[in-house]
Amino acid sequence: MFGLTRHQLLGFAVLVVVVIAAPFVLYPIVVMQVMCYAIFAMGTNLLMGSVGLLSLGQAAYFGLGGYVAGYLVESLGLTPEVGIIAGALAGAALGTVFGWLSIRRQTIYFAMITLALAQIIYFFAVQLTDFTGGENGIQGIPRGKLFDVFPLTRDLAIYVVVAVIFLAAFLFVYRVVHSPFGQVVKAIRDNEPRAISLGYKATNYKWVIFILAATLAGIAGGTKAMVMGIQTLSDVGTSVSGLVVLMVLLGGIGTIFGPIIGALIVVAMQYYLAPFGAWVVVIQGAIFMICVLVFRRGIIGELAYRLRAEL
Amino acid sequence: MVMIFGKPLPLLFGQLLLGIINGSFYAMLSMGLAIIFGLLNIINFAHGAMFMVGAFVAWGLFTYLGIGFWAALVCAPIIVGVFGLLLERAFIRRIYKLDILYGLLLTFGMAQVLQGLATNYFGSSGVSYNAPNALSGVLKLGFMYLPVYRGFVVVAAIIICFVTWFAVEKTRLGALLRAATENPSLVQSFGVNVPRLIALTFGAGVALAALAGVLAAPLYSVNPDMGAQLIDTVFAVVVIGGMGSIGGAILTGFGLGIIEGFTDVFYPQGSAVVVFVVMAIVLLARPAGLFGKVA
Amino acid sequence: MDVTRRTILGSAAAATAASLPILKARAAGKFLTIGVCSDFSGTYSDVGGETSVACVRQALEDYGATAKGYNVKVIKGDHQNKPDVGAGLARQWFDSGVDLLIDVPNSAVGLAIAGVAAAKNKAYINSNAATSALTGPKCNANTIHWTYDTYMLSHSTGGAMVAAGGKSWYFITANYAFGQLLRDQTSAVIKAAGGTVVGGVAYPFPQTTDFSSFLVQAQSSGAQVLGLANAGKDTVNSIKQAHQFGITQSGMKIAGLLIYLNDVHGMGLDIAQGLVLTESFYWNMNDKTRAFTKRVLPKTPNNYPSMAQAGCYSGTLHFMKAVDAIGIDAANKSGIAIVEQMKKMPTDDDAFGHCSVREDGRFMCPSYLFRVKKPGESNIPWDYYDLLHTTPADQTFAPLATEGCPLVKA
Repeated sequence: MFGLTRHQLLGFAVLVVVVIAAPFVLYPIVVMQVMCYAIFAMGTNLLMGSVGLLSLGQAAYFGLGGYVAGYLVESLGLTPEVGIIAGALAGAALGTVFGWLSIRRQTIYFAMITLALAQIIYFFAVQLTDFTGGENGIQGIPRGKLFDVFPLTRDLAIYVVVAVIFLAAFLFVYRVVHSPFGQVVKAIRDNEPRAISLGYKATNYKWVIFILAATLAGIAGGTKAMVMGIQTLSDVGTSVSGLVVLMVLLGGIGTIFGPIIGALIVVAMQYYLAPFGAWVVVIQGAIFMICVLVFRRGIIGELAYRLRAEL
Repeated sequence: MVMIFGKPLPLLFGQLLLGIINGSFYAMLSMGLAIIFGLLNIINFAHGAMFMVGAFVAWGLFTYLGIGFWAALVCAPIIVGVFGLLLERAFIRRIYKLDILYGLLLTFGMAQVLQGLATNYFGSSGVSYNAPNALSGVLKLGFMYLPVYRGFVVVAAIIICFVTWFAVEKTRLGALLRAATENPSLVQSFGVNVPRLIALTFGAGVALAALAGVLAAPLYSVNPDMGAQLIDTVFAVVVIGGMGSIGGAILTGFGLGIIEGFTDVFYPQGSAVVVFVVMAIVLLARPAGLFGKVA
Repeated sequence: MDVTRRTILGSAAAATAASLPILKARAAGKFLTIGVCSDFSGTYSDVGGETSVACVRQALEDYGATAKGYNVKVIKGDHQNKPDVGAGLARQWFDSGVDLLIDVPNSAVGLAIAGVAAAKNKAYINSNAATSALTGPKCNANTIHWTYDTYMLSHSTGGAMVAAGGKSWYFITANYAFGQLLRDQTSAVIKAAGGTVVGGVAYPFPQTTDFSSFLVQAQSSGAQVLGLANAGKDTVNSIKQAHQFGITQSGMKIAGLLIYLNDVHGMGLDIAQGLVLTESFYWNMNDKTRAFTKRVLPKTPNNYPSMAQAGCYSGTLHFMKAVDAIGIDAANKSGIAIVEQMKKMPTDDDAFGHCSVREDGRFMCPSYLFRVKKPGESNIPWDYYDLLHTTPADQTFAPLATEGCPLVKA
């Protein structure tokens, strides 16, 4: 099914079961947040894993998606699906422009230019208070009715919507990676000069991946704004860009399930470390270090390595 | 009064000077970063944290041991430098052979740990550290009042930058360092202990950050976030200057300080983002920065 | 189903709330849970954080909660200045049986939690955010805004400075809603009192550490008063640097629009002396405030409570009285019922004295204008302020009609 291998099919089945069971076992809002961040991380993982580019500015697309969705729904009274789709399109549009500007740069220069561009977006988020609400943010975004029919006020109702988006995003990313297009991208990552000499326009391939990552970030941001009912500056700042990289790293760069596990751990950390006060930052930093030093494959990456399977 | 773009000339002179003062911190910090990058190929995200640690060490030396500013100027960088050596031994050494991005992530984690520990220990409001009496007071320059201490910082920064640049670019030791990064095995075969050389380089780069931290302590509030607030800008400086180019880092540091100073007058809201606008433009036009070599 | 679901939900929040014991015990007696949601790790941790928790616990002790048959759990959570985390934590807490959520510095987080409190019908006392929107357009029947807001700060400090002869002002403003609101409200006060605003700069927040450029511009403006429409580290940095540039020595007065005792402590009296600022509580005001501080200090030995933290004390105490008045069952059921009762009764505590809660959720108490002492005048630790002026409660907060709070019927 969808070209999944046996291990992956098993993994996907487990994922579906978990997604269905989770709201009855765990706190639905938190699970939805995990799924939103997982979508965000899956996009970032496309960049980091498939193309091998580290972006330090993914928050720009995530935040923009959230602001666009939040603004359309809160101020203009549009329905949530319109908000999320508009958020995705906004992310895609910004990704197209910023991707075009940055994609020719390599490694650290790419990281820095994405950081710079994201800082410029942050600047606008602070300045355009009519649109973003400044540092108070957009508050009290109504969940409204899906297609103007199904009310999403109950947590479980919106949960279904988020779960569908999440699973669809997962399958979509999987298809992209395992399509002929994805194979070319992989070839470019492994040996760019060779791929170019074979006639592939490497830059264009990377650009498309960049736009996909930005689109997924936009979807994630828009969906999260709907779930939480708020959209603020902290979603567009550098710390979120760092957080999503941490998710990918924790789960395992280039793995399919990794971003989900990474998102789960990071979100859980934010909640479960909350009573530890100032130690939150220390613990997060320490996890970062441990990951890099002894756990570079990430959790799923390590598992896949042990099982000799692609996960 | 002479006006330029609606601003009085003396005010602009003042801004130029203030820009140079801020630029001297950018220059000192980005120089250390550039050295570490050039010789170790590590992007040290913990540089801002080292700056912060330097300021707190100076404060601690005074508060607990009664050691004053002038001695701290020497002691604090040594203490932090040794600390840096230990970090290099314990952690950074393990990732030299890996992709450059892992270094960035590792040091980012280190920065968070240091910052979190400082918040736990000192609280978020920070502590206060005063300039020595000899450097207190204000100079009347005609176009503005300049605190003596700020004047001192500029002079100190220029000397520090020049000495460092000279040491790396013009001395035998510097030549050895540069050779070791180009071809470590060759230099090793000459009987030079390359790993030790690299460790010492990291220590020296970190010590420079701490030195800047001591100089900054009397100017700003000494608090756990003081380095984090600067580090993004300093990274931008290094990238604009060209990664690994020490001269580029110094010139860009001062240059950006001046640009920021003028932005403060003409469009103060934009003074934090101007650095990134410049960085984006420079990288689009010159992929390897102003003074960098194309890889 | 519902019971197991709640239990399971509780277990999800167990690490944060240790809520299972609450739920089990709830059947037996007068059980309450108070959640202190604050910044424990970031920039506001000294003006909220552990000292806020200490003040809540002190209120319970002073009320004699245990003796009166109450079993009150105090839990704490770090919102890390992320509205998502704050709102998520609040939902979890409320669903797992938290009856009162208190403190919450950071306006964005404070507003987000107000929405959650209303949706879940629980009581919410914000003692630490500045935004006057909490009792304005975003007010609701579950929220009380304790201690202070931007309107109070600007009216107390602005009005008194002009009255004392500081007619012309120059503003250095943190360029975000809080700073802008503070600047605009203060400007209005200045103009109404016959003063002028000669200029100002808005600098990027939070990335600014060097204020010298703005200070030099302020100096060259020739204004009599430098108004600092910022908070926390920014204020400390600007005052410290103003001192270096000889601004205070040259006769310009500095009015800090939001300065806490903890900031003054961090700066040291050398630098802070002569500053004029507004708080609604100062530990060394009278015998009662001193007695309160003496009681709470063992719980927070290194950090004296400032107004927002004292507000957590006052708010918790008043909350307990209201709960007692309406009965534990009604209180566990409805946050609105508790808040309504809190509005009906006058408050009385050692920290703020006799005050009240208005129908829009505004805690009404006098504000005090202080001047920071010179180093020689301070004889005991943390003895930093001289009282200059008292603004009565009805003058220091925005009139009901002007706020745009939907709760207030015209």
